[in-house]
Amino acid sequence: METAPADGLIAASWLLIALPLAGAAVLLLGGRRTDRWGHLLGTGTVVAAFVLGLLCTLQLDGRRLDVALFTFMSTGSLDVRAGLLFDPLSALFVLLITGVGSLIHVYSIGYMEHDPRRRRFFAYLNLFVAAMLLLVLGDNFVALYVGWEGVGLASYLLIAFWHERPSAATAAKKAFIMNRVGDVGLALAIFLMFAQLGTVSYDGVFGSIGLLAGGTVTAIGLLLLLGACGKSGQFPLQAWLPDAMEGPTPVSALIHAATMVTAGVYLIARCAPIYDATPTARTVVLAVGAVTLMIGAIAGCAQDDIKKVLAYSTVSQIGYMFLAVGLGPIGYVAGLAHLLTHGFFKAGLFLGAGSVMHAMGDQVDMRRFGGLAPHMKVTFVTFGLGYLALIGFPFLSGFYTKDAIIEAAFDRGDGWGYLLGGLAILAAGLTAFYMTRLMLMTFFGRPRWEPGVHPHESPAVMTAPMVLLAVGSVAAGFLLVVAFPLEEWLAPVFGEPEAAEHVVAPIVVSVLVTLVMLAGVVTAWLFVGRREVPVTPPVRVSPVTRAARRALYADAVNESLFMRPGQWLTRALVFVDNRGVDGAVNGLAATLGGSSSRLGRTQTGFVRSYALSMLGGAVVVAGALLAVTTG
Amino acid sequence: MIEAPDLSLGALAPFLLVFGAACVGVLVEAFAPRERRHPVQVAVALTGTLGGLLTTLLLAGERQVTAGGALAVDGPAVFLQATIAGLGALSLLMFAERSLDPARSAFVAAAAVPAGSPRDRELMTATRVQTEVYPLTTFAIGGMMLFVASNDLLIMFIALEVLSLPLYLICGLARRRRLLSQEAAVKYFLLGAFASAFFLYGLALVYGATGSIRLSVIRESAAAQAGGGVLLVLGLALLVVGLMFKASVAPFHAWTPDVYQGAPTPVTAFMAACTKVAAFGAILRLLYVGFGTSEWTWRPLVYGIAIVSMVVGAVLGLTQTDLKRMLAYSSIAHAGFLLTGVLGYGGGADGTALGVSGTMFYLLAYGLTTLGVFAVLTLVRDGDGEATHLSKWAGLGRRSPLTAAVMALFLLALAGIPLTSGFTGKFAVFRAAIDDGAWPLVVVALLASAVAAFFYLRVIVLMYFSEPAADGPTVGVPGLPTTLVLAVTVTATVVLGVIPGAVLDLAEQAAGFVG
Repeated sequence: METAPADGLIAASWLLIALPLAGAAVLLLGGRRTDRWGHLLGTGTVVAAFVLGLLCTLQLDGRRLDVALFTFMSTGSLDVRAGLLFDPLSALFVLLITGVGSLIHVYSIGYMEHDPRRRRFFAYLNLFVAAMLLLVLGDNFVALYVGWEGVGLASYLLIAFWHERPSAATAAKKAFIMNRVGDVGLALAIFLMFAQLGTVSYDGVFGSIGLLAGGTVTAIGLLLLLGACGKSGQFPLQAWLPDAMEGPTPVSALIHAATMVTAGVYLIARCAPIYDATPTARTVVLAVGAVTLMIGAIAGCAQDDIKKVLAYSTVSQIGYMFLAVGLGPIGYVAGLAHLLTHGFFKAGLFLGAGSVMHAMGDQVDMRRFGGLAPHMKVTFVTFGLGYLALIGFPFLSGFYTKDAIIEAAFDRGDGWGYLLGGLAILAAGLTAFYMTRLMLMTFFGRPRWEPGVHPHESPAVMTAPMVLLAVGSVAAGFLLVVAFPLEEWLAPVFGEPEAAEHVVAPIVVSVLVTLVMLAGVVTAWLFVGRREVPVTPPVRVSPVTRAARRALYADAVNESLFMRPGQWLTRALVFVDNRGVDGAVNGLAATLGGSSSRLGRTQTGFVRSYALSMLGGAVVVAGALLAVTTG
Repeated sequence: MIEAPDLSLGALAPFLLVFGAACVGVLVEAFAPRERRHPVQVAVALTGTLGGLLTTLLLAGERQVTAGGALAVDGPAVFLQATIAGLGALSLLMFAERSLDPARSAFVAAAAVPAGSPRDRELMTATRVQTEVYPLTTFAIGGMMLFVASNDLLIMFIALEVLSLPLYLICGLARRRRLLSQEAAVKYFLLGAFASAFFLYGLALVYGATGSIRLSVIRESAAAQAGGGVLLVLGLALLVVGLMFKASVAPFHAWTPDVYQGAPTPVTAFMAACTKVAAFGAILRLLYVGFGTSEWTWRPLVYGIAIVSMVVGAVLGLTQTDLKRMLAYSSIAHAGFLLTGVLGYGGGADGTALGVSGTMFYLLAYGLTTLGVFAVLTLVRDGDGEATHLSKWAGLGRRSPLTAAVMALFLLALAGIPLTSGFTGKFAVFRAAIDDGAWPLVVVALLASAVAAFFYLRVIVLMYFSEPAADGPTVGVPGLPTTLVLAVTVTATVVLGVIPGAVLDLAEQAAGFVG
């Protein structure tokens, strides 16, 4: 597909990034003067970006447009240009980021109303939106990397927004460090591309990827996947995402559910030409997706913290998306469709959870909820719709997009296809289990509230975005799969959709998934709904529950495999550094400092010695010149 | 019979304007009532300088030799004249700042009154403002502009004196620490006279060897005398010494720290930015036009001097505790980096030198950053004037974050960190030197940059990671002039670092000498 220079409104699509960036700059530099209207400005820039993005998308017409911005440096072999790429894929992300972003900004006005640092919160959110838009709009890997680090920074700042809580500070650090591990992969992949191909632009890399040896392409693919795993909380780098729920709930909804954590899926979809060329790396993507899918679903079943359940659910759902894009051409569209619908219902669920926490005095333990349905009707209904969409209740969003992924898995046709499809169906059952458990523990049953808590519905500024997202959760699947097929919109990127030959008839898959889902719901009712929920978690539980509670020992594995050896290595290095390197460096510094003071003695302050030094210099200069020319 | 030389008034217009403004300034000093002099003088000086800048820009693209062959109008001349006029106008703005010093001006009210006398103490607190500094500075700016455009050695010498004499004077005009300031002026004057003598002697020897003071004639004659007459080579050496002195290149740098420290800070800024541009303009013209064909004679010389200058500047800067002195050594190190660019003799489009464009870009970027850094220095004050001792800056980041951030930006630019103008400038001159095979020099330059980065970063560390001192300085609120200077320099430092393409192209187009 040819890239054409951008025209019309799309030529101004850099404004998409510039608007929220300017918002962040004004709010951060403006200081307290902007306290009064800062949240309105922050929301305004994102809404404006959404409107602009919508208009640009309407003008796009399936083209692939290049927005040249400027040449940073152009010298011989090194040619660094900055530009944006506006194509159907990036348009999709622009709409998701700015659309969901706008709703969450509006919600935050209410949610953060009593926080003294609300302006700063909006500044960080704006910064995040700008960086995320740069990530999806850049036309080269360096721009993507800048955006990638930018969202990492914004995520760090927002997780630690309440940094006076030690748990928030620790969680932010954990997220930052685990992301760094992934980022090393992405950076190495970019270096490798530049070393091998001499370019980092998408066009340049994808155009000449066929020239590379198979091993190199596989290496690039695996390194990119490492980056994607870090950002998207995929196995083995999944442990930071649930901890990241220490941040304010709108952050969890926007960054750690709807947008940033899907950047890994974007990366792999964008790099489809690379993965098309390396079946090995693609298989690894598939495996990562399948493993994460199961880990997330199992861990989600035993959590008591409402946000952690949703977080593990996010991990698991992104696992679905990785599984889909790992399937290759038959899965890209299904994965992206699930990404979009997930953006709606998961953001809605988080906002609902935030609304519940708002009502319960920032309580997150579901064992302390119960019986909230009559007290918070709007929250209950919107949350319930999001819940139904997530578990794949027929004809809601998740039903369409999750089924598409499971079908695509079966369509592989081989034994792996059946295994992956089976796992995906099993995970759908687990999803239904833990989500039903969450619903029952929160909204039904006898109230187990802490004394002195009086639940109340949240203000309209919070419920309105929840309602809109609930509408999206209900309708998005139908719209994207049936009414306006995403396949056609994305055809310029991934090629024309082929009439797939189904190994297992879609109706069979749908019925099977629905039955497993219902089984999950019933099991949850048997375990949770019909008996009393103890306020303290029971101690005598099965080993499986214990493992699930500890998220399959991910933290323990990280600690024993990486943290402790890392600490030992650090200690050893510090020792070597102190004794060896520092010795050398300090010696060098001492030498330099010593010669500096010794040389400094020539600076006597007497004009006569200065003149003498000039004379000496002149004699040396003249002598040297004479020696060179006549000698 | 005397033939009138051809005079292109268009080409002379910048000089006429700047020197005209300086002369008008003298008249204003004589006739305008004292209380109205300051605004009038500022207006006259700025009008002249900005007019000079404008008329210079109108000359862009011209290539001619005029005024009887004494004056060159070509790319480098126009680019550097415009740079000098622009930087000069910004310096004048810093001179005109009246809201920082409690006595309303950085300059002494009556320079002739002995320091420390009862009359001096009386004037110390008076708000009388001295305005002679404006015509003097305008003369210096005019001299600098002539310096980079002079196509014969005698004009170059006259320009050298026109730019130097006012500088000697205004160095001694500090309102506070007057003895230090006067000492600086006398030192600068004595050593400057010494250096001028070198230049003049070199001029005489070259005239003796070639029979001409015209650079183009010297070029032909030097090419004919391949192998080099002793007279010519000695003459070249002495000319170079004279020019290197003005550019504060080691080993002719000894005056720099003392004078930078003693002079009033706006004057230091003016010297550091504009004199550097002018001196390097003259060095480029002398070496490329006058001795362009005998490149091999001066090449090893510049090579060696560049190394000495970078090393001396970087190493001596390490142990400085006074910011103005530290910046003086930084200026010496930067002179070495600039010489690296002078060596890039080939590689540009249409036979021009990549080194010329790189050096010119570097001069512009360095000049702007330096002005900015000194402008920040004028803000941070204690009871005794500007607080330039390093220890006073401890913890400034906490007390006044904006000032510290701006200072940090400038220091990063001086250290050559990417995304600042300093990086682009260094990149441009190093690339030119590498293209010409001078990579060992570039290795030395990179090592020197690393050493120099230490003392820049030390200030940043001090500002951000130290506890503020109990009796720390106050940060003044700048008036409109200094605010303007800071806004321009900050913007330029960032823009030339992030999107330098256009200006680099401009410098490359302007790299062709005439003559």
